[in-house]
Amino acid sequence: MITAGIDAGSKNTKAVILKDDKFLSAALVLSGFDQEKSAEEALNSALQKSKTNRKDIKHITVTGAGMEAISFANDTITTITANGRGAHFIFPSARTVIDIGAEEGRVLRIDGQGKVKDFGINEKCAAGAGAFIEAMSRALEVDINTMGELSLKSKRKIPMNAQCTIFAESEVVSLIHQKTSKEDIIKAVHDAIADRNTSMVRQIGIEKDVALIGGVAKNIGFVDSMNNNLGFDLLVPKDPISPEYVTALGAALVARDKVGG
Amino acid sequence: MTKANYGYKDGSGEYYITIDTDLCNSCGKCVEACPEGVLEMAEDELDPLGDEIIAIVSDDHRKKIKYSCAPCKPGGELIKLPCVEACKPGAIKHSW
Amino acid sequence: MSNTESNKEYWRWTESRYTNPDMNWEDGEIVSAGVDVGSVSTQTVVMVDGKIYCYSSMRTGSNSPDSANNAMDWALEGTDLTIDKIQFVVGTGYGRVNVPFAGRAITEIACHGRGANFIYGPEIRTVLDMGGQDCKAIRVDNRGKVTAFLMNDKCAAGTGRGMEVFADLLQVHINDVGEMSLKVEEEPEPVSSTCVVFAKSEAVGLLRKGWGKEKVLAAYCSAMAHRVVTLLMRLGIEEKFAITGGIAKNIGVVKRIEDELKIKAPKPNIDPQLAGAIGAALFGKALVEKQRKKS
Repeated sequence: MITAGIDAGSKNTKAVILKDDKFLSAALVLSGFDQEKSAEEALNSALQKSKTNRKDIKHITVTGAGMEAISFANDTITTITANGRGAHFIFPSARTVIDIGAEEGRVLRIDGQGKVKDFGINEKCAAGAGAFIEAMSRALEVDINTMGELSLKSKRKIPMNAQCTIFAESEVVSLIHQKTSKEDIIKAVHDAIADRNTSMVRQIGIEKDVALIGGVAKNIGFVDSMNNNLGFDLLVPKDPISPEYVTALGAALVARDKVGG
Repeated sequence: MTKANYGYKDGSGEYYITIDTDLCNSCGKCVEACPEGVLEMAEDELDPLGDEIIAIVSDDHRKKIKYSCAPCKPGGELIKLPCVEACKPGAIKHSW
Repeated sequence: MSNTESNKEYWRWTESRYTNPDMNWEDGEIVSAGVDVGSVSTQTVVMVDGKIYCYSSMRTGSNSPDSANNAMDWALEGTDLTIDKIQFVVGTGYGRVNVPFAGRAITEIACHGRGANFIYGPEIRTVLDMGGQDCKAIRVDNRGKVTAFLMNDKCAAGTGRGMEVFADLLQVHINDVGEMSLKVEEEPEPVSSTCVVFAKSEAVGLLRKGWGKEKVLAAYCSAMAHRVVTLLMRLGIEEKFAITGGIAKNIGVVKRIEDELKIKAPKPNIDPQLAGAIGAALFGKALVEKQRKKS
């Protein structure tokens, strides 16, 4: 039984195709102004990758910031529910989940079945989300995909005072003028965003194991900073299910439940 | 009633610590009570020609007050806060 | 700044200096000065017996002490007043501790209260200051003494820097933003008022949708106005109400604030960006008087 999950994020739209209990394929496209169109593209791209036919999909569940705009979906679920199901599928031992997307971060506690317990915290400040790292990579003129490994090469810890993405950009520029090494600056960037997210996690109470999902989890520098802050290693999804697809996966799992697969 | 509001409103909400500088009796108990070093005793900013020393939120913390105070507010709920409890005249209030 | 220094510097607002032609500083009793070193701009005001003698307003460089020195030198340019003849200099603003020739540093909140009282008169009870990297709401009494304040310097939303980001995005000179934003037939929906990063992504989407620059600017000025109004409401507004800081010169934002509050803010006849430095200079004068009383 084939089901699909779509995560209509503010920056990227992700689609995951599931066959019964097995992950088939996933794809990501930029969330354009027309969310529905992006969702179609993401779905088709994922279908192509696993050579699956659109008409074989029994149920499509959509989640994410732009979910209401996707009219071809069968139903919607909250992002937090999708986070929980997706994370639990990959890491059944996870009891706390941190999801950091492009514009928003959230933390939730789940039970042994991947169901969200009654609380979660949402962080709608760009300085705590992917937008922060992206803006800094632009200010540093460094490819965002290399930010992680560069930060691991840092030799010195330097403080970052700005708490806002916009102000941090200016701070990074003046650090560059002061001839601070890019590696040290990038480490400071990761430490800063990790500090904010660690505070967020601590507020909800940490119950191990802790899983980290969302696009920003691909950044090994950020993950390293988080691990240092927490004093233990976070569980981060690896290929074939990359961290940014976990929420869409959660939606696909809920879709499967709906059609009793 | 002279009110100093320290904190901010950002994408995730509004977080202010308000200190009524007229009520503050400069006892310093709030500074001792705070486990994070958020508060300190300093010259009253609002009265530069005067000589009073009162409690203020230290400069380092003003921009990240939500994170600084998070350890005393698990689950994001307002519970008995050490600084508020320590202040007899009731000069300190948290908005979240 | 790699992005904004590209081709045209849309964020570069006009720097200025001025000397009062009708004053001779030597005739005065107390010569005091205020230097407001902000993260974006630095103002120096020199006063003789509490009246403005000369001033300068320029962009803050990457080094605070240099900025203070340069600003003071420029303010004194063309006059025969030298710094050693100034009896008291007060530093204020973000870089206040880095004014090498200042006798004291006083926070900008107190200085803006006094400065607004000077610029707009003793009936002012509520001041909104929109600076380069912060925005603050201040309640004052008839002498300009602060009775309450609320400041937001965490976020770029509601600050000059946020406006610079938009001016740069839309390739519009910052001096023109206000006027352009008023050239819309109908007020558009505002963009995010809580975050400049989100507002910027929204704006990019709106431009793709075919919105003209005027409309996008209107949406941003509207968002900024809304944000500062909520800041003011939290503190409570008592009339008369006045606006200081660089953004007071942006009629697109000012008009929208007035509309939302249903209160008119008076037009200044002195550059509102000088409020902090004016207040600092007035404190300098008061400190000289206090010293004299003691001796």
